[in-house]
Amino acid sequence: MSARRYTKDHEWIIVDGDIATVGITDFAQEQLGDVVFVDLPAIGKEVTKGGEAAVVESVKAASEVYAPIAGTVVAVNDGLAGEPAKVNAEPFGGGWFMKLKVKDPSELDGLLDEAAYRAFVAESH
Amino acid sequence: MTTTGHRGLDHEEPLIFEQDSPGLSGVDLPLPKGGPDRLGGLGRSRPLGLPGMAEPQVVRHFTRISQRNYAIDAGMYPLGSCTMKHNPRLNEKVVRLPGLGDLHPLQPVRTVQGALRLVDTLAHWLKTLCGMPAVALSPAAGAHGELCGLMTIRAAHEARGDARRKVLVPESAHGTNPATAALCGYDVDPIPANDRGRLDLAAFKAKLDGSVAALMLTNPNTCGLFEDQVIEAADLVHRAGGYFYCDGANFNAIVGRVRPGDLGVDAMHINLHKTFSTPHGGGGPGSGPVVLSAALAPYAPVPYVVHDKGGFRLIESDPKAFGRIRAFHGQMGMFVRALSYMMSHGGDGLRQAAEDAVLNANYVMARLGDLLSPAFLGPCMHECLLDDHALKDTGVTTLDIAKALIDEGFHPMTVYFPLVVHGAMLIEPTETESKASVDQFIAAMRALALRAKSGDAEFFHESPTLAPRRRLDETSAARHPVLRWRPPAPPAAAAE
Repeated sequence: MSARRYTKDHEWIIVDGDIATVGITDFAQEQLGDVVFVDLPAIGKEVTKGGEAAVVESVKAASEVYAPIAGTVVAVNDGLAGEPAKVNAEPFGGGWFMKLKVKDPSELDGLLDEAAYRAFVAESH
Repeated sequence: MTTTGHRGLDHEEPLIFEQDSPGLSGVDLPLPKGGPDRLGGLGRSRPLGLPGMAEPQVVRHFTRISQRNYAIDAGMYPLGSCTMKHNPRLNEKVVRLPGLGDLHPLQPVRTVQGALRLVDTLAHWLKTLCGMPAVALSPAAGAHGELCGLMTIRAAHEARGDARRKVLVPESAHGTNPATAALCGYDVDPIPANDRGRLDLAAFKAKLDGSVAALMLTNPNTCGLFEDQVIEAADLVHRAGGYFYCDGANFNAIVGRVRPGDLGVDAMHINLHKTFSTPHGGGGPGSGPVVLSAALAPYAPVPYVVHDKGGFRLIESDPKAFGRIRAFHGQMGMFVRALSYMMSHGGDGLRQAAEDAVLNANYVMARLGDLLSPAFLGPCMHECLLDDHALKDTGVTTLDIAKALIDEGFHPMTVYFPLVVHGAMLIEPTETESKASVDQFIAAMRALALRAKSGDAEFFHESPTLAPRRRLDETSAARHPVLRWRPPAPPAAAAE
């Protein structure tokens, strides 16, 4: 399994073989506040790198979640429908959003590693 | 706590269904005389489910809940981006004149010449104030106006065989802008703001190509700032073969001073219920006329009013028009009120209203700037935008300030919008408020800011304490919404 990588839009991605798991970061959930609804994509949907893949709604706002890399949606976290609070409680675990079949593994190279993401958050907020 | 649950003359009021006294009624009707049943077995088997109540109970119920309604008629309502301003009573008097109040949209045109003249005069005022040659009056509200504007733009592109697929929208736009473009079938491409809170012209240029149908820009923008590179942006989009849609929701800040036509605008909706004082927010329908440039005018929707030697006529079909978006002619009641506002103010009065709105917002920013943090360097336009930087490490959030403001007797400002500003507080005092009233608001905000900085976070987390309801659990309400009252389960049918 690869190390977790991040986007500047505060998504994370972790790859195991050719399947990637995607969610939003702890910083993102904290900024959003209590998550009340998550709109997940249909299985089989093709997403593009940086394209809209899901919507997360909190008491403050609704925000898009973008796909960190291109791929096909092979699974979504159905449990979030009944328990959106998981995104707040376990952003890197039980609060995952979707699994993608990776189209081009080289797209991962352009993403931030943990240190670079932490530096990005510290600098811009 | 009182015995009754009432707080002085502020009454605790249960739902009307919870006050049901079965069999009680406001009128004493004789029971229908028995006769043959002609319902064929389709008669109700269960009760209708309406509460049984006496007339005074019904009157008190609705009076009590209406007294819980905070409105611009009750006090300051600084809800940024919504422009909650006074609705002059003269407008209400004029709209009730029998020749205007008793019209029907299907009346023969020769019997409504005065009303059509009024519509034509309103169109003249809007075109003159905007410096644009045409206006479509029928859109029913701001977002409907946006839809009308983009449908006109699409019709113009299609007429020259140039189907385009993309609309560029700044990140700080009203949510309705990207929604409108998407509803029209366009791909929405966001443009970031620069560090001055305005359109990033370089980023805009980079996204501009032959696929762009339109730029949708709000001016003054949602950060309460004038887009000072608007003319360059208009030139650029025109050179790329696209059109410039301006969201005119904030026209109230510039009316009488700036003509959008001079900025290169091709289409702009005007919220009559903001700039021209017609009621909204539960008080009445919106109205969103769209002014159009010469390039777009031929594609405007029907119907529209023309004047020739036979008098005023309604044009109901026009081969170039993209169609119609309302069954009838638009919100006539709002047309009357808006024209009443325009004519009673005059051109100079409209200009002064805009200037006073801007002055009030800048006064708020100047008086709060040392304790709270303006999101961008002023001067601002009609809205003062603060971020939550000044509250950092106090344990007090933007939401807490809004809740505490309720105890001070104010409707809170807009919070957490625009999204591009962290912990945003968007304050729009409008020209309605006197200096005394703005001073009172400023005093309340200063006291709250000082209290937050003094470390009294607990006070804020308890707020509001004086409102009919305390802090609501918004998270549970959103996660487990209870959308309608349901009767309690009937007692077990022991009697049978």
